[in-house]
Amino acid sequence: MQLETTPRDDALVVTALMDRIDAAIAIQFKDNLRTVTEDGPPRVVLDLSHVDFLDSSGLGAVVAAMKLLAPEQKLELASLGANVEKVFRLTRMDSVFTIHSTVDAAFDGIAQAS
Amino acid sequence: MPQLQNLKNNSFRITFPGKPLAVRSALAQMMEQLNALDLSEGDRGNIELVLAEAMNNIVEHAYIDTPDGTVELQITPTYNGLVCHLRDEGVPMPEGKAPNGSPAALDCETEELPEGGFGWFLIRDLAHELNYTRISGKNLLSFRISLNAK
Repeated sequence: MQLETTPRDDALVVTALMDRIDAAIAIQFKDNLRTVTEDGPPRVVLDLSHVDFLDSSGLGAVVAAMKLLAPEQKLELASLGANVEKVFRLTRMDSVFTIHSTVDAAFDGIAQAS
Repeated sequence: MPQLQNLKNNSFRITFPGKPLAVRSALAQMMEQLNALDLSEGDRGNIELVLAEAMNNIVEHAYIDTPDGTVELQITPTYNGLVCHLRDEGVPMPEGKAPNGSPAALDCETEELPEGGFGWFLIRDLAHELNYTRISGKNLLSFRISLNAK
């Protein structure tokens, strides 16, 4: 499973390198995100810039990962493409997550919560 | 793996095994067929999402106890969108009806946030004229997806 981790400031940036987070890999994605963030810093920024397609199973996996990390770690999202952003918006999950327009924006000091 | 059949009036049919990776291949094949229509990215996103949700539901629910089920997808472009038909031979939908897909409540504690149940909400939100019938041991689901997103 392609997840790349990069420590940045007080946080861990996890870059999802796959182009789809769908029903075929949702459970694996959740488990691996949990593994790479274990014992990490309290702030985790998930970079979704490579992901073109996310279905409801993929959304469920991101929510499940966020719940597994809480309360010790907070999962934030960055760089959502149009199709991924739409799934968060339609399900109103964009109100649950802190979403940054880019990874850099997540470290600008001002969280661009949407 | 998915079998493609071109029909008249730009319609096409894809038949594939009811398994998660086959759904992925069928979606890829469908999107490739739709290249000819020169759709906007928004329309393409809506189409792929609705079909993914409907096809995943078949694999995860209708064919939950059927390892070798087959799914048939037929798409017909019309003047006001894509008319989609899905057919499977799995178990019927609960109470013989397509779920109404009520949006999940999110005003709760983090640990109580829903991790599922978004699929039918998305289908109902993005598809029109949705119809489900059970005929001779087959599930038939049809709907139309409008083409006007940016």
